Formats: sequence, C-alpha cells, structure tokens
Amino acid sequence: MTVTLRDQVAIVGIGQTGFGKGLDDSELSLGCQAIVAALADCGIAPGEVDGLASFTMELNREVDVARNVGLGDITYFSQVGYGGGAGCGTVLQAAMAVATGQCRVAVAWRARKRAAKASRPWAQVPPRLSDHWQWSRPFGLLRPVDEVAMLARRYFHEYGGTRDHLANVALAFRKHANRNPAATMHDKPLTREQYMDARWISEPLCLFDNCLETDGALAVVLVGADRAVDLAQRPVFVHSGAQGLPRQHQTMINYFNDDPLEGPSWAAARQLWRGAEFGPADVKVAQIYDAFSPLVPLSLEGYGFCGRGEGGPFTDGGALEWPDGRLPTNTSGGGMSEAYVHGFNLVLEGVRQLRGTSTSQVADADTCLVTSGEGVPTSALLMRN
Amino acid sequence: METGFVLPDLDGEDTAEFWAGCQRGELLVQACDACRRWRFPPRPMCPDCQSVASHWVPTSGRATVWSFVVPHPPLLPAYADLAPYNVIVVALDEDPTIRMVGNLVTSADGPINEIDPATIRIAEPVRVAFATVEDVTLPRWVRAGPQ
Repeated sequence: MTVTLRDQVAIVGIGQTGFGKGLDDSELSLGCQAIVAALADCGIAPGEVDGLASFTMELNREVDVARNVGLGDITYFSQVGYGGGAGCGTVLQAAMAVATGQCRVAVAWRARKRAAKASRPWAQVPPRLSDHWQWSRPFGLLRPVDEVAMLARRYFHEYGGTRDHLANVALAFRKHANRNPAATMHDKPLTREQYMDARWISEPLCLFDNCLETDGALAVVLVGADRAVDLAQRPVFVHSGAQGLPRQHQTMINYFNDDPLEGPSWAAARQLWRGAEFGPADVKVAQIYDAFSPLVPLSLEGYGFCGRGEGGPFTDGGALEWPDGRLPTNTSGGGMSEAYVHGFNLVLEGVRQLRGTSTSQVADADTCLVTSGEGVPTSALLMRN
Repeated sequence: METGFVLPDLDGEDTAEFWAGCQRGELLVQACDACRRWRFPPRPMCPDCQSVASHWVPTSGRATVWSFVVPHPPLLPAYADLAPYNVIVVALDEDPTIRMVGNLVTSADGPINEIDPATIRIAEPVRVAFATVEDVTLPRWVRAGPQ
C-alpha cells in the first residue's frame, strides 16, 4: 500500500512575529507568539493542536511550547536536522503525520535569535575538533560563507558564472523586500554599483551575497483537506514534498565526492517531482533558500528549471523579478532581504502567494515551489491552491 | 603556546593515524583492505564494499588547486589577525576525487597570508608542506612550479 501526500493536507494558518536585531522578547516567547498568531489566522483553538514539528536546532522544546501555548495531548512530534535544510522538511513531516492520522492539527515552526554576533556558532572558539570540521576549520575555513564561497569559485570556473549573476539574485530579492513593509530591508534600495563596490566577506562573495541574521519566529498550521475548506483562510495544499541527502554528501563542506556541484537539491528534486502532477515549467512562483546567493543558481539547476551550469545565466534579464520575470523568486525578499529565520519565512511567503496576499503578488499564482538549503541535507515543498 | 587556531583532536579513533602521519612528514590516505579503494576523510566503513578493514597508504603529496577563497573579517581573532588569507581545496594527483582543504604558502611554516590571492589559479600544481601549530602538524601546500 502506498499513501500519497498529494493535496491531502493543507496549510491553513500562518503567523509570524516582527523581524529585527536584538528583539526584547525571549526566543520561547517569540515562538509561542508566532504559533498563537497562526492558530488565530485559521480560527483553531490551541487545545486542538496534537502535532508538532521543528528543527533540531530549535532551542524551544516541545514541552515548553505546549505548556505555554496551552496545547492538548500531542501525539506526533518530530525534529529535522541540518539547520537551513530543515524548514520544508518540518512542514512535510507534519503533513505526513496528518495524512496518516497520527495527528489532526499540526504546527510547524521556527524561532530564532541569531542577530547578536556572539550567538553565531562559528564565533565560538571550540575545543579540539573530533568531527568533520577538523578537515576544514583549522585552515581558516570557519564560516558558512567561506564554505559556500569555495563552491562558488569552482562553479564560476567550471561554468563561466560571474558576480553579475549573483548580483542579479541580490538585486531581485532586494526589490521585492522594498515592496514588503515587514522586510528588514524594506527602506533600503540596492544598486548594482553598490553590490560591486561592497566589501568582501569571503572572496568571491561580498557583503550582499549574504543573508541577514535576524531575530524572529514563524509558524504554520496544517489540517486535512476535508477540514481545510471550512476554515477562515483559503487553503494552500501540500501537493508534494521531499527531503534529500545524496550519496557521499557532507554537510556544508561537500568537497569529498565525485561531483560537489551536484548537491542535495538534485536528490530532493527527484522525489519531489515523482510525487507531483506537474513539472518545473508549471511553477508560477518560487521561494528558494538563499542564505548565500550562489545557492540560488545551484537550486535552480537542481530543481530542474535549467540545466547544469545554466543557473547563472538563468538569472539574467530580470528572470527572478516580480512581476514580469520568468520565475519570480523570493517575492518577500527572502533570507537576503526580508529576514533570515532559517528559511522558514520562505514557507509563509509561498502560502501568501497562493492566497493572493503577497506584497509582490504574482498574477494567477496557483503553484509554488519552496526549497530549503542547498549545500546541506535539504527538503522542498510544492504547494497549490 | 596557545595560538587561538582551531585545531583537530589528535586522538580520534578513525583519524589519529592521519595526523600522526603528518607529524612524520607523510600525507596518508585511508585505503580499503578488501577493494583497495581510497577514501577521505577517514571513516570506519568502506562505502563501496562495506569492509571495516582498512590500512593507510602514503601519497606523493602532489596535487592541483581545485578551488580557493579569501576570507575577510569578521573572523575568530587568530584568523582575523591574518586576514585576508587564502584557503584552498586541492585534488590529489593519484585520485582527483580525493580532495583536502588547506592553505597555499611559500614555505612549510610560512604565514597563510603571504601569497597574493590574485596570483592563485585553479588547476595550478602544488605539493604538500607540513606546518607546526602548537602540538599539531597541518598539511599545507606550496607551489610545485617548474623545478
């Protein structure tokens, strides 16, 4: 027997806190506020929630969330690993739990206070390394940006990609953020000249190739399709979902296999499209994980919007920009210009597009791809309305 | 002397022999006893034949640059003091799918910020050079060049 996910479960509620640096509220308070907002959005009482999913890096434990928000008996709870690769996976696992009857009302969430420099994992001096970081960190490859820059340089070398391609990504997302009052970069336009003149962080990547470490929390509520149609908001159905951990992959320092430039997106995509009734050409709008700009061309290739090495040129001619681009992408500003909350804000923007409520609304959007991090064991969702 | 560098545990179950090899001036790679395939980083099981028996083989220490980056601050203090410096990934001559992270230097114990990054080229030949940092010997790389 095979149970398919296809449109059986819907995202019916979304909620988020404000985004910022140094927010006063605790991470636990922020997480609970986002969950309460998502429940209010769909009109479901906290006591009805019986499923929870979040990240292994989430510091708020299920017991504390449930005791604060006043949740009922929780019969399904799970966590997904690998940081920015987890976001879509939490929603997928929540949807699978609803589809198989393990719970009836599931919440997936992420709360994070990472804006303070001292809170960043790479800024802690570790004891002697006994894990896989011993093969990279002693040489000064310390931060995620350094690890991705290594792949970006190789990508440029193999395919002729350029900084102009990465600027296309940064500028498109900034334009979308400039239209989104909730975005931390709402009031800050960005020009190609500013991009090209920006200080280096890890050559060949500059300041504007990086996401914005942000404090904030977001949550979604999922229920079965039969109930979803009776709730307050237009339901957004989970059409297909996938996780991806390809053979011989190493998280972040994926240099130790035959083809490091074919990352987890390819593995997730094969499963994602197997479960779908439509293909990449039918996707009207995309939310692609963008902790660093090079992950966008790589993901465009991985999910089949173009061939190997074509992800850079794909971004030319405003292809990622609302309203006229061939694939408007990260229409709320994404991790690089709205907020970086481990990619969970991309899930909520996907929902808004299919409700028709984005600040950069794609006309007639009826399908949306949302992805989590390329370069780490990852996950993705296809949504439809 | 504490340098502030991030350094490996020299006593790891699967990794101690690699670091011990560096201290003897040998760049070792783990090889499967059963199917003879090389693997790096070291680990207990061969992913090709599932054997848990392995041995160490010395390599020529010759490689080519596969990619490189030049980190700028913010960085941990010991590294910020040297920035901008280079970090390279090399592909070993004997098996280019065996890659290692390192630094390009002008001599074994030379600083990692001595070479002008604008002169580094992907595919340029390098050879291993062993640098001492506290009680650790790290494999770094010097230009093989015409000799």
